Amino acid sequence: MKLTVWTYEGPPHVGAMRVATGMKGLHYVLHAPQGDTYADLLFTMIERRNHRPPVSYTTFQARDLGADTANLFKTALHDAYDRFKPQALIVGSSCTAELIQDDPGGMSETMGLPVPVIPLELPSYQRKENFGTDETFFQIVKALARPMERTAHVTANLIGPTGLGFRHRDDIVEVTAMLEEMGIGVNVVAPMGATPADIARMGAAHFNVLMYPEHAEAAARWMERNLGQPFTKVVPIGVGATRDFIEEVAGLAGVAPKYDDARLRMPWYSQSVDSTYLTGKRVFLFGDATHVKCMARMARDEMGFEVVGLGCYNREFARDIRALAKEYGVEALITDDYLEVEKTIEDLAPEMILGTQMERHIGKRLGIPCAVISAPVHVQDFPARYSPVMGWEGANVIFDTLVHPLVMGLEEHLLHMFREDFEFHDDAGASHHGGAAKLRSLDEIPAETDTAQPAAASAPSQGNIVWLSDAEKELKKIPFFVRGKAKRNTEKFALEKGVHEISVETLYEAKAHYAR
Amino acid sequence: MKDFTPQPPAQGCRNAPVLKERGQREVFCGLTGIIWLHRKMQDAFFLVVGSRTCAHLLQSAAGVMIFAEPRFGTAILEEKDLAGLACANEELDREVDRLLARRPDIRQLFLVGSCPSEVIKLDLHRAAERLTERHAPHVRVMNYSGSGIETTFTEGEDACLACMVPTLPATDERQLLLVGALPDVVEDQALGLLRDMGVSPVRCLPAHRAAEVPGVGSNTVVALTQPFLNETAQHLERRGARILPAPFPFGEEGTTAWLWAVAQEFGVDADTFARVTDAPRARARKAIAAAAETLRGKSIFFFPDSQLEIPLARFLTRECGMTAVEVGAPFINKQIVGPDLDLLAEGPVIAEGQDVDLQLDRCRAARPDLTVCGLGLANPLEAEGMATKWAIELVFTPVHFYEQAGDLAGLFARPLRRRALLTGLEGAA
Repeated sequence: MKLTVWTYEGPPHVGAMRVATGMKGLHYVLHAPQGDTYADLLFTMIERRNHRPPVSYTTFQARDLGADTANLFKTALHDAYDRFKPQALIVGSSCTAELIQDDPGGMSETMGLPVPVIPLELPSYQRKENFGTDETFFQIVKALARPMERTAHVTANLIGPTGLGFRHRDDIVEVTAMLEEMGIGVNVVAPMGATPADIARMGAAHFNVLMYPEHAEAAARWMERNLGQPFTKVVPIGVGATRDFIEEVAGLAGVAPKYDDARLRMPWYSQSVDSTYLTGKRVFLFGDATHVKCMARMARDEMGFEVVGLGCYNREFARDIRALAKEYGVEALITDDYLEVEKTIEDLAPEMILGTQMERHIGKRLGIPCAVISAPVHVQDFPARYSPVMGWEGANVIFDTLVHPLVMGLEEHLLHMFREDFEFHDDAGASHHGGAAKLRSLDEIPAETDTAQPAAASAPSQGNIVWLSDAEKELKKIPFFVRGKAKRNTEKFALEKGVHEISVETLYEAKAHYAR
Repeated sequence: MKDFTPQPPAQGCRNAPVLKERGQREVFCGLTGIIWLHRKMQDAFFLVVGSRTCAHLLQSAAGVMIFAEPRFGTAILEEKDLAGLACANEELDREVDRLLARRPDIRQLFLVGSCPSEVIKLDLHRAAERLTERHAPHVRVMNYSGSGIETTFTEGEDACLACMVPTLPATDERQLLLVGALPDVVEDQALGLLRDMGVSPVRCLPAHRAAEVPGVGSNTVVALTQPFLNETAQHLERRGARILPAPFPFGEEGTTAWLWAVAQEFGVDADTFARVTDAPRARARKAIAAAAETLRGKSIFFFPDSQLEIPLARFLTRECGMTAVEVGAPFINKQIVGPDLDLLAEGPVIAEGQDVDLQLDRCRAARPDLTVCGLGLANPLEAEGMATKWAIELVFTPVHFYEQAGDLAGLFARPLRRRALLTGLEGAA
């Protein structure tokens, strides 16, 4: 057992729902107890879908346990077929049904429905949501896709986008446009928007664009082996990655790399003088492996940030992320425990977090600006406006997204100049968001951490360090958004030197010591 | 005196045939109750023993609240827990020890059963006893099931309160016990009105803290504030308490009838009653009238969700002039909602349980002006051109008693007003 409050991922059957809901003409019959329908509202509320997810639940109750549940499943499958007349069905168990061992696959086989029924084995007690999407899509492709003659014209399949995917809707548009510029057509986009009939004709494409490895890598590998379709390895998030992607695609398609980046404004924005203050901003990245990987490159090479730590919650990609961390000279954090993430962030004291919904709240708690770069996300990250993260427009969107939570250069300069001014005082906050990021003043830090979390208060500010009042005054002059770090560094420095009283001099010695 | 008891219609719904359905149900499980219960019981922690699905449900239902160090969590069963039961008990003890060490402010710990823990027959009752011994006297550990196979949405609160009843101290004191977790502001208003009438002592279940739990005995009179407390009521009766039959305190009429039932029991005379309630009654009527303008003559359809449906249908039809087409509830206990059924005029289909696809067919055929349903159905129905009011809000928002009567009507009027405001707005879905 493991005590959990936040979960980065749902159970694997939610992953299967994401595939089913992304598709059309497919229905999912899920053997599950009453109550598991809660997952419907992820789609109807967070993603604002205008129809019910194509999922039927057997909703068994305590009184059904025993022989009855198997019949319930059969009835539910019959009813779902009769009512929705799908081109294909997927069937499986949720975590509770897995325990009662009714075998939906075996039962559906005996029923002789006139459409393909694809059984799913999703081990709920070992695996999670992303495994669910990947495995479900793989099983559907394996069951339906067949080798066939290639299209006369060069085409590719776009694979990986699902229901509830972070910016999947707009990434499809962006990638489609990039391919079009090179004269490459899109054969099928799947699972998002595809029908089982579309899946059956995926073999006609010349190659696959693997948009999200989390959701379609197994299918991509299967198609490579069985349909002879190579797939792209570069995910086009960021300017450099997009260029690499275009090169890669051109190679696979046997066409000349060609693109129109007339509307790519990100590089100039990043080069313009107002962005100078971004140089060396210390960022921490956490999320799904793909987005973290791409965003790390963007953060360092295109925004000029310093990456001080990175990690992911999906273990399937732990090896990739460890290799990446090595390349960046930082520790990789592979965990699905938000407390560990919070601890790491506290220790690293970055100036900005690029993360998920959870990190946004950790940032709020610690007073660190945060931009959301990965699922899990909440309703505000399914925006009405066009906001891809892939391709040229994606780069523009990301620049704005990363800069927005930070104060702009001029504004930051003003904050320094007028920091005792009544308008530009400390409590004005480091962020444009909400203005509520009331950073604790120096005196409040220990008290607040104490009540919030006794264990966490043990961090560096322990030891028997005394701040002399002059030094304390000086510390308060440091802008609040770096003050926490300055305090920690000074104390660490003092401890190393065996000094127990911190004077103004100690403060500046430490500053010189840590100068970068 | 008649004035305080509402005039029943010629023919109420108590004896109306109930359409009982079984099939796919689009409802929450009882675990969801934790979301509001933990706000009410300030020194309690709710530890669900379940799967990742349970944790994910709580996260989805708690929304933003989950980021505020809430007093609930899930001990997620892992593969190794399923292999052997003995080990699961040790694991649970270890997790509880760790939790209590980290949260020394916790006085009551609820081990909440889930579908997976019920199916593998993990004996949480025994575990609770064992852990109570281990952590006595500082922490009391109790157990109930919030599993979907046994409980629907608000039944989780019922199961929680019911598991507390046997542990309440015995008392012979003549007292009024208010049962049901109300928002603090509502509870204070109720206590204020009762105090002004001279009803005393009045205690509440659940109490804010373990130290304040009420006693119970044969001189205890129970006034339920929520209609879904069936099991709790039974357990209280077993302890000798008497349940006061009354309509539930929604709207001016419901609140007055509910208070009058208490007043009669405690010998409050009509003059005192009028003195205390006249002003808030007038306020409530006035506030309802504003929202009722939008609601009058409109039809309403309830999908089953919380068991609040029958009392709410009574309020909306009688005090706001709506017509009920179908009133669905996950479970109907006529002893408890009987007084509300008496006041609800004959006409609507009264449905218990659900086959969601069939019910959707009926709803589409009826084209009601307003449909009360869960969030899984709300947007899809809106996209079909039907106005909806999502039901969960009715459990979280203060809606009981006089001062909230206008807000309650407003919750139903707002979607209709919005729909009228946004005419001619079309685009991609």
